[in-house]
Amino acid sequence: MSAPALDAVVERRATTHRLPIPLSRLIDVESRKLVDTRSSRWLLAAVPLLTLIVVTGVTLWGREDEVTFGMHTTTNMMPLELLLPLVAVLSVAGEWSQRAALTTFALVPRRGRVMVAKAAALLVVTLAATVTVVVLSAIGTAVATRVRGIEAVWDLPLDLALRLAVANVVVVAFGFGVGVAIRSTAPAMVAYLGFMFVVPMLSSVVAGLWTWWAENGPWFDLSWSTSFVTAPEISGDQWAQLATSALLWIVLPTVLAVRRLLRVEIR
Amino acid sequence: MIRIDSLTKRYGDLAAVDDVSFTAFPGRVTGFLGPNGAGKSTTLRVLTGLATPTTGRATVLGRRYPDLPNPGLEVGVLLDASAQHGGRTGRETLVLAQRTMGLPPIRVDEMLDLVGLTWAEGKRRVRDYSLGMRQRLGLATALMGDPRVLVLDEPANGLDPAGIRWMRDLLRGFADDGGTVLLSSHLLSEIEMIADDIVMIGHGQIVASGATHELLGGVGTLVRADDDARLTAALVSAGFQATPRGDGAVATDAGLAAAGEVAFCAGLPVTELRTADGHGLEDMFLELTAADQREDISSRRTTLAEGVAA
Repeated sequence: MSAPALDAVVERRATTHRLPIPLSRLIDVESRKLVDTRSSRWLLAAVPLLTLIVVTGVTLWGREDEVTFGMHTTTNMMPLELLLPLVAVLSVAGEWSQRAALTTFALVPRRGRVMVAKAAALLVVTLAATVTVVVLSAIGTAVATRVRGIEAVWDLPLDLALRLAVANVVVVAFGFGVGVAIRSTAPAMVAYLGFMFVVPMLSSVVAGLWTWWAENGPWFDLSWSTSFVTAPEISGDQWAQLATSALLWIVLPTVLAVRRLLRVEIR
Repeated sequence: MIRIDSLTKRYGDLAAVDDVSFTAFPGRVTGFLGPNGAGKSTTLRVLTGLATPTTGRATVLGRRYPDLPNPGLEVGVLLDASAQHGGRTGRETLVLAQRTMGLPPIRVDEMLDLVGLTWAEGKRRVRDYSLGMRQRLGLATALMGDPRVLVLDEPANGLDPAGIRWMRDLLRGFADDGGTVLLSSHLLSEIEMIADDIVMIGHGQIVASGATHELLGGVGTLVRADDDARLTAALVSAGFQATPRGDGAVATDAGLAAAGEVAFCAGLPVTELRTADGHGLEDMFLELTAADQREDISSRRTTLAEGVAA
Protein backbone atom coordinates (compact mmCIF):
# COMPACT_ATOMS: atom_id res chain seq x y z
CA MET A 1 0.00 0.00 0.00
CA SER A 2 1.41 3.37 -0.97
CA ALA A 3 1.95 6.05 1.64
CA PRO A 4 -0.89 8.36 0.52
CA ALA A 5 -3.33 5.44 0.44
CA LEU A 6 -2.28 4.57 3.97
CA ASP A 7 -2.95 8.16 5.04
CA ALA A 8 -6.54 7.82 3.95
CA VAL A 9 -6.99 4.67 6.01
CA VAL A 10 -5.33 6.18 9.04
CA GLU A 11 -7.40 9.34 8.90
CA ARG A 12 -10.25 9.48 11.37
CA ARG A 13 -12.93 10.28 8.86
CA ALA A 14 -13.01 8.56 5.48
CA THR A 15 -13.49 10.81 2.50
CA THR A 16 -14.90 8.31 0.05
CA HIS A 17 -18.58 8.54 0.99
CA ARG A 18 -18.71 12.25 0.17
CA LEU A 19 -21.01 13.14 -2.67
CA PRO A 20 -19.62 15.32 -5.43
CA ILE A 21 -21.10 18.80 -5.73
CA PRO A 22 -24.04 18.58 -8.15
CA LEU A 23 -24.09 20.96 -11.09
CA SER A 24 -27.53 22.27 -10.06
CA ARG A 25 -26.00 23.63 -6.85
CA LEU A 26 -23.23 25.37 -8.78
CA ILE A 27 -25.79 26.93 -11.13
CA ASP A 28 -27.71 28.16 -8.09
CA VAL A 29 -24.53 29.71 -6.65
CA GLU A 30 -23.48 31.27 -9.95
CA SER A 31 -26.98 32.71 -10.50
CA ARG A 32 -26.76 34.26 -7.08
CA LYS A 33 -23.41 35.82 -7.95
CA LEU A 34 -25.09 37.61 -10.86
CA VAL A 35 -27.08 39.75 -8.43
CA ASP A 36 -25.19 39.81 -5.15
CA THR A 37 -22.81 42.70 -5.75
CA ARG A 38 -23.78 46.31 -6.18
CA SER A 39 -22.34 46.59 -9.69
CA SER A 40 -23.87 43.37 -11.02
CA ARG A 41 -27.23 44.17 -9.43
CA TRP A 42 -27.35 47.63 -11.00
CA LEU A 43 -26.27 46.33 -14.36
CA LEU A 44 -28.95 43.67 -14.30
CA ALA A 45 -31.58 46.08 -12.94
CA ALA A 46 -30.72 48.54 -15.72
CA VAL A 47 -32.05 46.06 -18.31
CA PRO A 48 -35.73 46.19 -17.22
CA LEU A 49 -35.45 49.87 -16.25
CA LEU A 50 -34.11 50.93 -19.66
CA THR A 51 -36.55 48.60 -21.37
CA LEU A 52 -39.39 50.26 -19.47
CA ILE A 53 -38.20 53.69 -20.64
CA VAL A 54 -37.96 52.51 -24.26
CA VAL A 55 -41.36 50.79 -24.04
CA THR A 56 -42.96 53.94 -22.62
CA GLY A 57 -41.29 56.12 -25.24
CA VAL A 58 -42.35 53.95 -28.17
CA THR A 59 -45.87 53.52 -26.75
CA LEU A 60 -46.51 57.22 -26.31
CA TRP A 61 -44.49 58.87 -29.02
CA GLY A 62 -43.54 56.20 -31.55
CA ARG A 63 -44.70 56.57 -35.19
CA GLU A 64 -48.03 54.89 -35.61
CA ASP A 65 -46.72 52.21 -37.96
CA GLU A 66 -43.99 51.41 -35.41
CA VAL A 67 -46.36 50.78 -32.56
CA THR A 68 -47.07 47.22 -33.57
CA PHE A 69 -46.24 44.29 -31.32
CA GLY A 70 -43.46 43.04 -33.59
CA MET A 71 -41.73 46.40 -34.06
CA HIS A 72 -42.18 47.16 -30.38
CA THR A 73 -40.49 43.95 -29.33
CA THR A 74 -37.56 44.33 -31.72
CA THR A 75 -36.88 47.91 -30.57
CA ASN A 76 -37.29 47.04 -26.92
CA MET A 77 -34.63 44.34 -27.10
CA MET A 78 -31.93 46.97 -27.55
CA PRO A 79 -31.12 47.65 -23.86
CA LEU A 80 -30.93 43.92 -23.27
CA GLU A 81 -28.60 43.34 -26.22
CA LEU A 82 -26.33 46.09 -24.99
CA LEU A 83 -26.25 45.33 -21.26
CA LEU A 84 -26.67 41.58 -20.77
CA PRO A 85 -23.34 40.76 -22.47
CA LEU A 86 -21.72 43.12 -19.94
CA VAL A 87 -23.30 41.07 -17.18
CA ALA A 88 -21.68 38.02 -18.79
CA VAL A 89 -18.29 39.76 -18.99
CA LEU A 90 -18.56 40.76 -15.33
CA SER A 91 -19.64 37.31 -14.22
CA VAL A 92 -16.37 35.76 -15.41
CA ALA A 93 -13.87 38.62 -15.28
CA GLY A 94 -15.09 39.76 -11.84
CA GLU A 95 -13.78 36.53 -10.31
CA TRP A 96 -10.28 37.52 -11.35
CA SER A 97 -10.43 41.27 -10.89
CA GLN A 98 -11.67 40.77 -7.35
CA ARG A 99 -9.54 37.62 -6.92
CA ALA A 100 -12.58 35.77 -5.62
CA ALA A 101 -11.48 32.96 -7.98
CA LEU A 102 -9.11 31.89 -5.20
CA THR A 103 -12.07 30.87 -3.03
CA THR A 104 -14.29 29.74 -5.90
CA PHE A 105 -11.80 27.24 -7.25
CA ALA A 106 -10.59 26.12 -3.83
CA LEU A 107 -14.18 25.06 -3.11
CA VAL A 108 -14.68 23.62 -6.61
CA PRO A 109 -11.34 22.49 -8.06
CA ARG A 110 -13.05 21.17 -11.17
CA ARG A 111 -12.99 24.54 -12.87
CA GLY A 112 -14.82 23.40 -15.99
CA ARG A 113 -17.93 22.77 -13.92
CA VAL A 114 -17.83 26.29 -12.54
CA MET A 115 -17.63 27.67 -16.07
CA VAL A 116 -20.52 25.46 -17.24
CA ALA A 117 -22.57 26.67 -14.26
CA LYS A 118 -21.79 30.29 -15.10
CA ALA A 119 -22.83 29.76 -18.72
CA ALA A 120 -26.03 28.01 -17.65
CA ALA A 121 -26.93 30.80 -15.20
CA LEU A 122 -26.39 33.39 -17.95
CA LEU A 123 -28.52 31.39 -20.39
CA VAL A 124 -31.40 31.29 -17.90
CA VAL A 125 -31.12 35.03 -17.23
CA THR A 126 -30.98 35.81 -20.96
CA LEU A 127 -34.08 33.78 -21.76
CA ALA A 128 -35.96 35.19 -18.77
CA ALA A 129 -35.03 38.74 -19.82
CA THR A 130 -36.16 38.03 -23.38
CA VAL A 131 -39.56 36.83 -22.17
CA THR A 132 -39.84 39.89 -19.92
CA VAL A 133 -39.20 42.21 -22.87
CA VAL A 134 -41.84 40.43 -24.97
CA VAL A 135 -44.37 40.76 -22.15
CA LEU A 136 -43.53 44.45 -21.63
CA SER A 137 -43.88 45.02 -25.37
CA ALA A 138 -47.30 43.36 -25.36
CA ILE A 139 -48.39 45.63 -22.52
CA GLY A 140 -46.99 48.64 -24.41
CA THR A 141 -48.89 47.67 -27.55
CA ALA A 142 -52.12 47.29 -25.60
CA VAL A 143 -51.62 50.60 -23.78
CA ALA A 144 -50.88 52.40 -27.07
CA THR A 145 -54.17 51.21 -28.58
CA ARG A 146 -56.06 52.48 -25.55
CA VAL A 147 -54.29 55.79 -25.10
CA ARG A 148 -53.74 56.78 -28.71
CA GLY A 149 -56.60 54.94 -30.32
CA ILE A 150 -54.30 53.08 -32.72
CA GLU A 151 -55.45 49.74 -33.97
CA ALA A 152 -53.48 46.98 -32.29
CA VAL A 153 -51.32 44.94 -34.65
CA TRP A 154 -50.21 41.65 -33.07
CA ASP A 155 -47.53 40.86 -35.60
CA LEU A 156 -44.89 38.91 -33.71
CA PRO A 157 -44.68 35.50 -35.36
CA LEU A 158 -43.30 32.73 -33.16
CA ASP A 159 -40.26 32.25 -35.37
CA LEU A 160 -39.25 35.90 -35.04
CA ALA A 161 -39.72 35.73 -31.27
CA LEU A 162 -37.47 32.68 -31.14
CA ARG A 163 -34.93 34.35 -33.40
CA LEU A 164 -34.83 37.36 -31.07
CA ALA A 165 -34.02 34.96 -28.27
CA VAL A 166 -31.28 33.36 -30.39
CA ALA A 167 -29.77 36.78 -31.15
CA ASN A 168 -29.72 37.59 -27.43
CA VAL A 169 -28.07 34.30 -26.59
CA VAL A 170 -25.45 34.95 -29.29
CA VAL A 171 -24.42 38.37 -27.93
CA VAL A 172 -24.38 37.12 -24.33
CA ALA A 173 -22.26 34.13 -25.40
CA PHE A 174 -19.87 36.54 -27.04
CA GLY A 175 -19.66 38.58 -23.82
CA PHE A 176 -18.99 35.37 -21.88
CA GLY A 177 -16.21 34.46 -24.29
CA VAL A 178 -14.61 37.87 -23.96
CA GLY A 179 -14.73 37.54 -20.17
CA VAL A 180 -13.09 34.10 -20.23
CA ALA A 181 -10.43 35.22 -22.69
CA ILE A 182 -9.45 38.49 -20.99
CA ARG A 183 -10.31 37.74 -17.32
CA SER A 184 -10.00 41.34 -16.21
CA THR A 185 -13.09 43.48 -15.88
CA ALA A 186 -12.12 46.81 -17.42
CA PRO A 187 -10.14 45.54 -20.46
CA ALA A 188 -12.79 42.89 -21.12
CA MET A 189 -15.56 45.48 -21.07
CA VAL A 190 -13.61 47.75 -23.41
CA ALA A 191 -12.98 44.82 -25.76
CA TYR A 192 -16.66 43.92 -25.78
CA LEU A 193 -17.86 47.47 -26.38
CA GLY A 194 -15.19 47.92 -29.03
CA PHE A 195 -16.53 44.90 -30.81
CA MET A 196 -20.11 46.15 -30.54
CA PHE A 197 -19.39 49.61 -31.94
CA VAL A 198 -16.08 49.67 -33.76
CA VAL A 199 -16.19 46.40 -35.69
CA PRO A 200 -19.56 47.09 -37.43
CA MET A 201 -18.32 50.56 -38.35
CA LEU A 202 -15.05 49.28 -39.79
CA SER A 203 -16.87 46.48 -41.52
CA SER A 204 -19.26 48.85 -43.30
CA VAL A 205 -16.38 51.11 -44.33
CA VAL A 206 -14.52 48.12 -45.78
CA ALA A 207 -17.73 46.95 -47.48
CA GLY A 208 -18.01 50.35 -49.17
CA LEU A 209 -14.47 50.09 -50.57
CA TRP A 210 -14.27 46.38 -51.32
CA THR A 211 -17.13 44.65 -53.07
CA TRP A 212 -15.95 41.17 -52.10
CA TRP A 213 -16.39 42.05 -48.44
CA ALA A 214 -19.76 43.67 -49.16
CA GLU A 215 -20.94 40.30 -50.52
CA ASN A 216 -19.08 37.92 -48.22
CA GLY A 217 -18.55 39.93 -45.03
CA PRO A 218 -21.41 38.33 -43.08
CA TRP A 219 -19.62 34.98 -43.20
CA PHE A 220 -16.99 36.52 -40.91
CA ASP A 221 -18.58 39.54 -39.25
CA LEU A 222 -20.66 38.38 -36.29
CA SER A 223 -22.50 41.67 -35.72
CA TRP A 224 -23.45 41.73 -39.39
CA SER A 225 -24.75 38.17 -39.46
CA THR A 226 -26.55 38.67 -36.13
CA SER A 227 -28.51 41.57 -37.65
CA PHE A 228 -30.09 39.10 -40.11
CA VAL A 229 -31.46 37.06 -37.24
CA THR A 230 -33.69 39.85 -35.98
CA ALA A 231 -34.93 40.85 -39.47
CA PRO A 232 -38.51 39.88 -40.41
CA GLU A 233 -37.23 37.21 -42.83
CA ILE A 234 -34.06 35.13 -42.80
CA SER A 235 -32.63 32.83 -45.47
CA GLY A 236 -30.77 29.55 -45.09
CA ASP A 237 -27.60 31.24 -46.31
CA GLN A 238 -27.92 33.82 -43.60
CA TRP A 239 -28.26 31.13 -40.94
CA ALA A 240 -25.07 29.59 -42.32
CA GLN A 241 -23.38 32.98 -42.11
CA LEU A 242 -24.43 33.29 -38.47
CA ALA A 243 -22.99 29.84 -37.84
CA THR A 244 -19.58 30.51 -39.44
CA SER A 245 -19.14 33.94 -37.85
CA ALA A 246 -20.23 32.60 -34.43
CA LEU A 247 -17.75 29.77 -34.81
CA LEU A 248 -15.02 32.30 -35.52
CA TRP A 249 -15.88 34.86 -32.84
CA ILE A 250 -17.50 32.81 -30.09
CA VAL A 251 -16.93 29.05 -30.21
CA LEU A 252 -13.26 28.97 -31.17
CA PRO A 253 -12.01 31.74 -28.84
CA THR A 254 -14.14 30.49 -25.95
CA VAL A 255 -12.93 26.91 -26.29
CA LEU A 256 -9.30 28.03 -26.41
CA ALA A 257 -9.75 30.44 -23.50
CA VAL A 258 -11.52 27.84 -21.35
CA ARG A 259 -8.76 25.32 -22.05
CA ARG A 260 -6.22 27.85 -20.81
CA LEU A 261 -8.38 28.75 -17.82
CA LEU A 262 -8.48 25.12 -16.71
CA ARG A 263 -4.69 25.04 -16.43
CA VAL A 264 -3.75 28.55 -15.39
CA GLU A 265 -2.47 29.17 -11.86
CA ILE A 266 -5.03 30.94 -9.68
CA ARG A 267 -3.36 33.67 -7.64
CA MET B 1 -2.81 14.61 7.16
CA ILE B 2 -1.02 16.56 4.48
CA ARG B 3 1.81 15.00 2.55
CA ILE B 4 4.06 16.97 0.24
CA ASP B 5 6.21 14.62 -1.79
CA SER B 6 9.26 15.81 -3.79
CA LEU B 7 7.30 18.78 -4.98
CA THR B 8 8.87 21.04 -7.57
CA LYS B 9 7.25 24.02 -9.25
CA ARG B 10 9.17 25.87 -11.94
CA TYR B 11 8.38 29.14 -13.64
CA GLY B 12 10.66 29.04 -16.64
CA ASP B 13 14.17 28.69 -15.21
CA LEU B 14 13.19 29.66 -11.71
CA ALA B 15 12.34 26.85 -9.31
CA ALA B 16 9.97 28.57 -6.89
CA VAL B 17 9.61 25.28 -5.06
CA ASP B 18 12.51 22.87 -5.38
CA ASP B 19 12.06 19.23 -4.34
CA VAL B 20 10.11 19.96 -1.19
CA SER B 21 8.89 17.11 1.01
CA PHE B 22 7.22 17.26 4.39
CA THR B 23 4.23 15.94 6.26
CA ALA B 24 1.72 17.72 8.45
CA PHE B 25 0.22 15.30 10.97
CA PRO B 26 -3.23 15.13 12.52
CA GLY B 27 -3.44 16.54 16.03
CA ARG B 28 -0.56 18.90 15.39
CA VAL B 29 -0.11 22.45 14.20
CA THR B 30 2.58 22.57 11.55
CA GLY B 31 4.17 25.95 10.98
CA PHE B 32 5.43 26.63 7.49
CA LEU B 33 8.07 29.26 8.05
CA GLY B 34 10.11 31.22 5.57
CA PRO B 35 10.91 34.71 4.37
CA ASN B 36 8.70 36.32 1.74
CA GLY B 37 9.21 34.76 -1.66
CA ALA B 38 10.62 31.53 -0.25
CA GLY B 39 7.97 29.38 -1.92
CA LYS B 40 5.40 29.01 0.87
CA SER B 41 2.42 30.34 -1.04
CA THR B 42 3.33 28.45 -4.19
CA THR B 43 3.50 25.21 -2.21
CA LEU B 44 0.10 25.92 -0.67
CA ARG B 45 -1.42 26.76 -4.07
CA VAL B 46 -0.18 23.47 -5.49
CA LEU B 47 -1.50 21.68 -2.41
CA THR B 48 -4.99 23.14 -2.93
CA GLY B 49 -5.14 22.47 -6.66
CA LEU B 50 -4.86 26.12 -7.69
CA ALA B 51 -1.52 25.47 -9.39
CA THR B 52 -0.19 22.31 -10.98
CA PRO B 53 3.20 20.99 -9.84
CA THR B 54 6.01 20.60 -12.35
CA THR B 55 6.95 17.33 -10.67
CA GLY B 56 6.11 15.61 -7.41
CA ARG B 57 2.78 15.47 -5.69
CA ALA B 58 0.80 16.81 -2.80
CA THR B 59 -1.99 14.93 -1.06
CA VAL B 60 -4.52 15.78 1.60
CA LEU B 61 -6.12 12.91 3.49
CA GLY B 62 -4.42 10.57 1.05
CA ARG B 63 -5.89 12.13 -2.07
CA ARG B 64 -4.95 14.85 -4.50
CA TYR B 65 -6.96 17.94 -3.58
CA PRO B 66 -8.69 18.21 -6.99
CA ASP B 67 -9.92 14.62 -6.53
CA LEU B 68 -11.82 15.45 -3.35
CA PRO B 69 -15.54 15.36 -4.22
CA ASN B 70 -16.47 18.32 -2.02
CA PRO B 71 -13.17 19.74 -0.76
CA GLY B 72 -14.71 22.36 1.53
CA LEU B 73 -15.96 19.55 3.79
CA GLU B 74 -12.49 18.03 4.15
CA VAL B 75 -10.08 20.93 3.96
CA GLY B 76 -10.56 24.50 5.13
CA VAL B 77 -8.50 26.81 2.95
CA LEU B 78 -7.57 30.45 3.46
CA LEU B 79 -4.80 31.51 1.12
CA ASP B 80 -5.32 35.26 0.94
CA ALA B 81 -7.82 37.14 3.03
CA SER B 82 -7.71 40.13 0.71
CA ALA B 83 -8.83 37.95 -2.22
CA GLN B 84 -12.54 38.29 -1.55
CA HIS B 85 -15.07 40.16 -3.69
CA GLY B 86 -15.26 43.70 -2.29
CA GLY B 87 -18.75 44.27 -3.62
CA ARG B 88 -20.30 41.45 -1.61
CA THR B 89 -21.31 41.68 2.00
CA GLY B 90 -19.43 39.50 4.43
CA ARG B 91 -22.56 37.48 5.03
CA GLU B 92 -23.17 36.96 1.31
CA THR B 93 -19.59 35.71 0.93
CA LEU B 94 -20.37 33.04 3.51
CA VAL B 95 -23.75 32.22 1.93
CA LEU B 96 -22.00 31.42 -1.37
CA ALA B 97 -19.63 29.04 0.42
CA GLN B 98 -22.47 27.48 2.42
CA ARG B 99 -24.51 26.85 -0.75
CA THR B 100 -21.54 25.54 -2.70
CA MET B 101 -20.80 22.99 -0.01
CA GLY B 102 -24.49 22.15 0.39
CA LEU B 103 -24.67 23.01 4.08
CA PRO B 104 -27.72 24.21 6.04
CA PRO B 105 -28.15 28.03 6.05
CA ILE B 106 -27.75 28.15 9.83
CA ARG B 107 -24.01 27.54 9.34
CA VAL B 108 -23.61 31.11 8.07
CA ASP B 109 -24.71 32.69 11.34
CA GLU B 110 -22.86 30.08 13.37
CA MET B 111 -19.64 30.95 11.54
CA LEU B 112 -20.10 34.72 11.89
CA ASP B 113 -20.57 34.06 15.58
CA LEU B 114 -17.55 31.78 15.80
CA VAL B 115 -15.14 34.27 14.24
CA GLY B 116 -16.57 37.19 16.18
CA LEU B 117 -18.17 39.19 13.38
CA THR B 118 -21.37 40.91 14.50
CA TRP B 119 -24.64 40.85 12.60
CA ALA B 120 -24.10 44.48 11.55
CA GLU B 121 -20.56 43.73 10.37
CA GLY B 122 -21.87 40.81 8.35
CA LYS B 123 -24.15 43.23 6.52
CA ARG B 124 -21.26 45.45 5.48
CA ARG B 125 -19.43 45.10 2.20
CA VAL B 126 -16.08 43.32 2.30
CA ARG B 127 -14.56 46.39 0.61
CA ASP B 128 -15.10 48.26 3.89
CA TYR B 129 -13.54 45.52 6.04
CA SER B 130 -10.17 45.87 7.70
CA LEU B 131 -7.60 43.18 6.91
CA GLY B 132 -8.23 41.68 10.34
CA MET B 133 -11.96 41.39 9.61
CA ARG B 134 -11.20 39.82 6.24
CA GLN B 135 -9.00 37.27 7.99
CA ARG B 136 -11.89 36.42 10.30
CA LEU B 137 -14.27 36.18 7.34
CA GLY B 138 -11.84 33.98 5.41
CA LEU B 139 -11.43 31.76 8.44
CA ALA B 140 -15.22 31.51 8.71
CA THR B 141 -15.32 30.27 5.10
CA ALA B 142 -12.53 27.78 5.83
CA LEU B 143 -14.17 26.40 8.98
CA MET B 144 -17.73 26.27 7.65
CA GLY B 145 -17.57 22.75 6.25
CA ASP B 146 -16.29 21.37 9.58
CA PRO B 147 -13.10 20.14 7.88
CA ARG B 148 -10.42 17.89 9.37
CA VAL B 149 -7.59 19.83 7.78
CA LEU B 150 -6.85 23.56 7.73
CA VAL B 151 -4.50 25.23 5.26
CA LEU B 152 -3.86 28.87 6.11
CA ASP B 153 -1.47 31.29 4.45
CA GLU B 154 -0.34 34.07 6.80
CA PRO B 155 -3.57 33.99 8.81
CA ALA B 156 -2.30 36.36 11.51
CA ASN B 157 -1.66 39.21 9.06
CA GLY B 158 -3.69 42.24 10.03
CA LEU B 159 -4.98 40.79 13.28
CA ASP B 160 -4.52 42.81 16.44
CA PRO B 161 -2.78 41.13 19.42
CA ALA B 162 -6.11 40.00 20.85
CA GLY B 163 -7.05 38.62 17.44
CA ILE B 164 -3.78 36.72 17.19
CA ARG B 165 -4.37 35.26 20.62
CA TRP B 166 -7.88 34.26 19.58
CA MET B 167 -6.61 32.66 16.37
CA ARG B 168 -3.94 30.76 18.28
CA ASP B 169 -6.49 29.35 20.72
CA LEU B 170 -8.80 28.40 17.90
CA LEU B 171 -6.11 26.55 15.96
CA ARG B 172 -4.85 24.89 19.14
CA GLY B 173 -8.36 23.60 19.85
CA PHE B 174 -8.73 22.43 16.27
CA ALA B 175 -5.50 20.42 16.45
CA ASP B 176 -6.27 19.07 19.92
CA ASP B 177 -9.51 17.72 18.43
CA GLY B 178 -7.44 15.65 16.03
CA GLY B 179 -7.38 18.12 13.14
CA THR B 180 -4.38 18.86 10.95
CA VAL B 181 -3.29 22.49 10.74
CA LEU B 182 -0.76 23.80 8.25
CA LEU B 183 -0.16 27.50 8.55
CA SER B 184 2.48 29.64 6.96
CA SER B 185 4.14 32.72 8.31
CA HIS B 186 7.19 34.85 7.72
CA LEU B 187 7.38 35.63 11.45
CA LEU B 188 9.26 33.18 13.65
CA SER B 189 7.76 34.60 16.86
CA GLU B 190 4.29 33.86 15.55
CA ILE B 191 5.12 30.31 14.51
CA GLU B 192 7.05 29.37 17.63
CA MET B 193 4.09 30.29 19.83
CA ILE B 194 1.62 28.00 18.09
CA ALA B 195 3.36 25.35 16.04
CA ASP B 196 4.11 21.83 17.28
CA ASP B 197 6.21 21.21 14.22
CA ILE B 198 8.14 23.64 12.08
CA VAL B 199 9.04 23.33 8.44
CA MET B 200 11.39 26.09 7.40
CA ILE B 201 11.75 26.94 3.74
CA GLY B 202 14.17 29.25 1.97
CA HIS B 203 14.70 29.75 -1.74
CA GLY B 204 12.26 27.00 -2.52
CA GLN B 205 14.05 24.38 -0.42
CA ILE B 206 13.43 22.97 3.03
CA VAL B 207 16.27 24.12 5.28
CA ALA B 208 15.06 22.72 8.57
CA SER B 209 12.15 20.73 9.86
CA GLY B 210 11.18 18.98 13.04
CA ALA B 211 9.36 19.39 16.31
CA THR B 212 9.38 22.96 17.56
CA HIS B 213 10.88 22.10 20.95
CA GLU B 214 13.68 20.19 19.27
CA LEU B 215 14.48 22.98 16.86
CA LEU B 216 14.27 25.63 19.53
CA GLY B 217 15.89 23.52 22.25
CA GLY B 218 19.18 21.77 21.60
CA VAL B 219 20.97 25.08 21.59
CA GLY B 220 21.63 24.61 25.30
CA THR B 221 22.54 27.14 27.90
CA LEU B 222 24.11 30.53 27.87
CA VAL B 223 26.31 31.36 30.86
CA ARG B 224 28.29 34.52 31.41
CA ALA B 225 31.15 35.23 33.76
CA ASP B 226 33.91 37.84 33.88
CA ASP B 227 36.54 35.29 32.87
CA ASP B 228 35.01 33.42 29.97
CA ALA B 229 38.22 31.53 29.17
CA ARG B 230 38.34 29.91 32.60
CA LEU B 231 34.61 29.26 32.45
CA THR B 232 35.01 27.52 29.10
CA ALA B 233 37.87 25.44 30.40
CA ALA B 234 35.91 24.47 33.50
CA LEU B 235 32.90 23.40 31.43
CA VAL B 236 35.05 21.39 29.03
CA SER B 237 36.87 19.65 31.85
CA ALA B 238 33.48 18.81 33.37
CA GLY B 239 32.71 16.97 30.12
CA PHE B 240 30.50 19.53 28.39
CA GLN B 241 30.87 21.26 25.07
CA ALA B 242 31.50 24.95 25.51
CA THR B 243 32.12 27.77 23.06
CA PRO B 244 32.99 31.30 24.09
CA ARG B 245 30.92 33.74 22.10
CA GLY B 246 33.47 36.54 22.38
CA ASP B 247 31.32 38.86 24.44
CA GLY B 248 31.99 37.23 27.80
CA ALA B 249 29.21 34.70 27.39
CA VAL B 250 29.74 30.99 26.82
CA ALA B 251 27.37 28.73 24.96
CA THR B 252 27.25 25.21 26.29
CA ASP B 253 25.22 22.04 26.03
CA ALA B 254 25.17 21.72 29.82
CA GLY B 255 21.82 22.16 31.55
CA LEU B 256 21.09 25.31 33.54
CA ALA B 257 21.81 23.69 36.92
CA ALA B 258 24.92 21.89 35.70
CA ALA B 259 26.37 25.01 34.10
CA GLY B 260 25.74 26.99 37.31
CA GLU B 261 27.33 24.28 39.42
CA VAL B 262 30.44 24.10 37.22
CA ALA B 263 30.89 27.87 37.48
CA PHE B 264 30.35 27.79 41.24
CA CYS B 265 32.88 25.00 41.77
CA ALA B 266 35.38 26.91 39.62
CA GLY B 267 34.84 29.94 41.85
CA LEU B 268 33.56 32.07 38.99
CA PRO B 269 30.76 34.55 39.80
CA VAL B 270 28.06 34.08 37.19
CA THR B 271 26.55 37.28 35.85
CA GLU B 272 24.05 35.69 33.50
CA LEU B 273 22.60 32.22 33.23
CA ARG B 274 19.74 31.28 30.95
CA THR B 275 18.58 28.88 28.26
CA ALA B 276 19.56 30.06 24.84
CA ASP B 277 16.26 28.88 23.35
CA GLY B 278 14.95 30.43 20.16
CA HIS B 279 18.22 31.84 19.09
CA GLY B 280 19.35 28.91 17.04
CA LEU B 281 16.30 28.97 14.88
CA GLU B 282 16.12 32.72 14.84
CA ASP B 283 19.77 33.07 13.79
CA MET B 284 19.13 30.54 11.10
CA PHE B 285 16.02 32.39 9.99
CA LEU B 286 17.82 35.73 9.94
CA GLU B 287 20.69 34.24 7.96
CA LEU B 288 18.16 32.90 5.52
CA THR B 289 16.51 36.26 5.13
CA ALA B 290 19.88 37.97 4.77
CA ALA B 291 20.97 35.35 2.26
CA ASP B 292 18.39 36.75 -0.12
CA GLN B 293 21.04 39.10 -1.37
CA ARG B 294 23.72 36.45 -1.57
CA GLU B 295 24.57 33.76 -4.00
CA ASP B 296 26.24 31.24 -1.73
CA ILE B 297 23.06 29.77 -0.37
CA SER B 298 24.36 26.25 -0.18
CA SER B 299 27.35 27.25 1.93
CA ARG B 300 24.99 29.22 4.17
CA ARG B 301 22.89 26.15 4.59
CA THR B 302 25.89 24.17 5.79
CA THR B 303 26.78 26.74 8.44
CA LEU B 304 23.17 26.87 9.48
CA ALA B 305 23.06 23.12 9.90
CA GLU B 306 26.17 23.29 12.05
CA GLY B 307 24.61 26.08 14.02
CA VAL B 308 21.71 23.85 14.93
CA ALA B 309 23.94 20.92 15.75
CA ALA B 310 26.04 23.02 18.12
